[in-house]
Parts: sequence; C-alpha cells; structure tokens
Amino acid sequence: MIEVSGLTKLYGQRSAVTDLSFTVKSGEIVGFLGPNGAGKSTTMKILTGFMPASSGTVKVNGFDVFEQAIEVKRSVGYLPENPPVYFEMVVEEYLKFAARLHDVPKNRMKEAVESALSRTGLLQVRKRIIGNLSKGFRQRVGLAQALVHDPKVLILDEPTVGLDPVQIIEIRELIKSLKGRHTVILSSHILPEVTATCERIIVINKGRIVAEDSIERLTGRMKQGLVYHLDVKNPAPAGIAALRSVPGVKEISVSGSKLLIEILPEQNELRDRLVEAAVHEKMGVLEFAPETRSLEDVFLQLTTQENHA
Amino acid sequence: MSFQIKKAWTIASRDYRTYFTSPIAYIVIAGFLVIMGWMFFFNLNHFAMQNVQFKQYGMGKGMSLTEGVIRPLYGNMNVIFLFLVPFITMRLFAEERKMQTIQLLMTSPVTLTEIIVGKFLSALLLVATMLGLTAVYPVVLLVCGNPDPGTLLTNFVGTLLLASCYVGMGVLFSSMTENQIVAGALTFAAGLFFWLINWASQSAGPVWSDFLDYLSLIQHYNNFSQGILDSTDVIFYFSFVGLSLFFTHRVLDSYRWR
Repeated sequence: MIEVSGLTKLYGQRSAVTDLSFTVKSGEIVGFLGPNGAGKSTTMKILTGFMPASSGTVKVNGFDVFEQAIEVKRSVGYLPENPPVYFEMVVEEYLKFAARLHDVPKNRMKEAVESALSRTGLLQVRKRIIGNLSKGFRQRVGLAQALVHDPKVLILDEPTVGLDPVQIIEIRELIKSLKGRHTVILSSHILPEVTATCERIIVINKGRIVAEDSIERLTGRMKQGLVYHLDVKNPAPAGIAALRSVPGVKEISVSGSKLLIEILPEQNELRDRLVEAAVHEKMGVLEFAPETRSLEDVFLQLTTQENHA
Repeated sequence: MSFQIKKAWTIASRDYRTYFTSPIAYIVIAGFLVIMGWMFFFNLNHFAMQNVQFKQYGMGKGMSLTEGVIRPLYGNMNVIFLFLVPFITMRLFAEERKMQTIQLLMTSPVTLTEIIVGKFLSALLLVATMLGLTAVYPVVLLVCGNPDPGTLLTNFVGTLLLASCYVGMGVLFSSMTENQIVAGALTFAAGLFFWLINWASQSAGPVWSDFLDYLSLIQHYNNFSQGILDSTDVIFYFSFVGLSLFFTHRVLDSYRWR
C-alpha cells in the first residue's frame, strides 16, 4: 500500500530525513516512533504530498506522490500535528467543505459527514463553532476531516497530543477500529500510545530508521539479561564485594543505598543467592525486585545509541 | 495541469462566507457605503448648485451629469477601493499559513491554481457585492435625470476591473507572509505605486514615458470614465491580474520546496 525507498529530505544543508525505506501493507496499523525532531512529521508531510522529497520515491496505493499527486491525495486522509480547522466554521460545515475538497460526490455527502461525525463522537457538537470547542474536540474534528472521504490510507501525526486521558483512550479505540478497513500510519513520541494501537513499529531517530519490527519482537530483542534493584540499610563495601563475587553477576552500580545488580544473560535464577549474600553480610535488605525492561527502555536505548557509539 | 472550476468554487464560496461569519464584510461594507453615500450626496448637491448658478448668470448649459456626477463618483470609488481592498485580501493566504489550515488545502486533491483562483474569486466577489450595493446611485440618476447609460456601464466595468487588479496584488502579497498586517500594507503600497507610477513619465524620455503611462493603473481607467471601452485597457487589466496570480503560484510553490 505504501512503499518508501531511499527517501531523503534536506532543509538547506541540514538533512531532516536520510535514506528512509520501508513498506506498509494494506490494512496494517504502523506506528512511527521517535523523539521530537526525529523527522516523523517531515516524512508524513512527504507521504501526503504536502512537500516534495529531495530524493527517493514514495508510492501510495500504487501512485507516485510526486508524479501523480492528485491521485495520491484523493486516497489519503491526513491529520497534521495541528488540526487544520477553520476556527470560525461550524463543525458540520467544515466537514462538508473537506468532503467537497476530496471529491465526495453530492449524493454521498450527507452520509459521509454523518459517518465521520458519529465515528469521532462529534454528533453532539455538530452545530457548534470550532473555535469555541475544547482542544480535544478540535483534535477530533481534525480526525473527522481525515476520515470524511473514507480514504484507503490514513496518516495521523500525533493524533492524541493535547487530549485528556479519557479522550486519549477514545481516540485509541477509534484508531484500532480502523484496522483492516484503512491502512494507518501514526506518529508519536510517546511509547504507550504506539504499543496500545499499532501492530508494527518503525523507530526513527535523527532522520534514520533505527529499528523496524513487531512490538513483541522489539521487546524480546532487548531482553539481554535481567537487572535487579536492591535497596539496603547498610551498603558497606564488604557487602557489595560479596554480592559481586556471586557467580553470574555482571556488574553492580551503587547510588547511595540503592544497588543496581546486572546479571549475565541465561543466569535468571540468582535471586536466592543474591538475597542470601546480602543477609549474610548484614546489609539490612529493604527491598529487592527484578526490573523487566519495558519498551520504554528499548526506545531510549535505540534512540540514544548513537551518543554512546 | 488540470483545472476544475468546481474545485475553485468550493474554496471561493467558503472564503466568501467567511467574510460574513467574521466582522470583516460588515465593517468594510458599512464603511464603504457611508463614505460613498456621503460623497454621492455632496457631489449631487454641488452639481445641482453649480447648474443653478450657470442658469442664473446665463453661462450656457453647464456641466453634464457624466462630467459632474458620474466621473467624480466612480473616480472616488476607485480611491476608496485602493484603501479597502487590502483589508479584504490580507487574510486570504496569510491567515491560512498562520493557522496552518493551508495544509488541508495542500493535501487535498486540489491543484495550486484552483486554490489561488478560488481565493481570488472570493475577494473579487466581495468587491462585486460592494459595487453592486452602490448600484442605487446610478438608479437614482436614471430615475431623476437622463445620464448616458453607456458611460455608467463602462464606469461600472472599469471600476470592477481596476479593483480586481488590487485584489490580484492582495492575493500575491498575502501569499508571501504569515502576517496579515504586512500583507495588507504591501498591497496598499503596491497599489498606490502602480497608481502613481506615471508621475515619472514627465521627466522620463519619450519611450520610457509611454511605458510608464502604460503601466499606470489609473491611466487605463481614463477611457472607461469617458464611456470608451478599449480592448487595450481590458487586456492590460486582465494581464495585470493574470501576472499577479502567476506570481502567487510561484511563491506558494517555492514555499513547498523550502
């Protein structure tokens, strides 16, 4: 459905996106994840035909975004970072305008607007002026605008930014309900967002793809060895040395009374022996817990890797 | 590139309606009508007094209605449009860029030409509305006197064409900035400049003076005001608008490439 190859975008001398290549299959929901300024929005703007790429090709629905821009734009719904809503317009009027711009035929206009209103939960504010609505509702109007012509591809740039938790859950449910019917690419710098809605993640940092996989595989890939937190009353050097000498321990870092014990991979059952050693040294164990790596750490590791290298 | 007037109309009708959902249309129209009404009344008054004096002293027939009322009326209207059109056009693209709503237009299956023509039409339509409201004055003249209908018509058409040049420039300057004040100020300055450009023709050489006269917006209005419809003037105004819109296209296109 979407094929991107060798996509590069330069702003003057600075490159925002470098040699990006990926594909999205029909009906898939893909998350575009990366810190602010990673090039997510730039990529999305190129996918929608808003701006041309410096080099590389993008095909949406079989059409080249540069050569056949009109065809691409007809099959894409786009929600930019800031919803492109006219503050002085009434919600319903605005959606009609968006539908007309996207070639929705006159006899299907009413149905299209109704369905967009009900899918985004805007029925009760349909007669209100957009400028008087809250940020959350404006965001939904923006989403309704992207949906109104029932596009094959939806490109959503940070769709839940600025919403309250209840609204976020609602929007996520809505996005999940699009699965199968639409191909969706959504961007976010917040992890739970992507894990909650997407099947596949493309992690992007400094304009390059750093990882591309399903969520399970990404978390699995990073589980190299466990880490335990150990909080003690008395972090004496002798005690720490004793812990270090437990076979299988890779490293211990101390900060105040908190110890972070990293153990070698495939050495998962060290808990007994670690606690035994700590008790034996009279360290006064306060807390002992394993730390499982979340996707958050994976993300941090992936996006900060370059700094370590 | 394909051009569908239907798409341009979608944009034009939305923008035209926006003038009326915001205070812009009401304020501009009200201000325009108050000033025009004031001018028309005193023009007519002055004209009537002058003709009475002419008769009293037996100085002949006096001024015609065309000379005494119609020409000053539309001449004044042209000046007022020079002042008011920037207020109408300044928001067209500047506001869309500032509010980033332009992203909706640019990612819709609409060509840049359709967007620009739509914007131009919306502002021109408001100008035409204002002009239409002043049709009462010619009607008053037609009922109470016997003006030359042809001259009335050419003045009407000429004013619309001249104002469309201001609108064209307004569209262009609005596309150049996110700041509405800047867009409006530039439009006014450029309009005035093209009005006064032939001031230099007296001190310029023979070729240059013709050229500068040709460029002057108001110079081309002279024929219209006298009841003459010359294709040279019509072509000039059309080219002026066309060129403005063409430059707008270049500006917006380059904005995408940045």
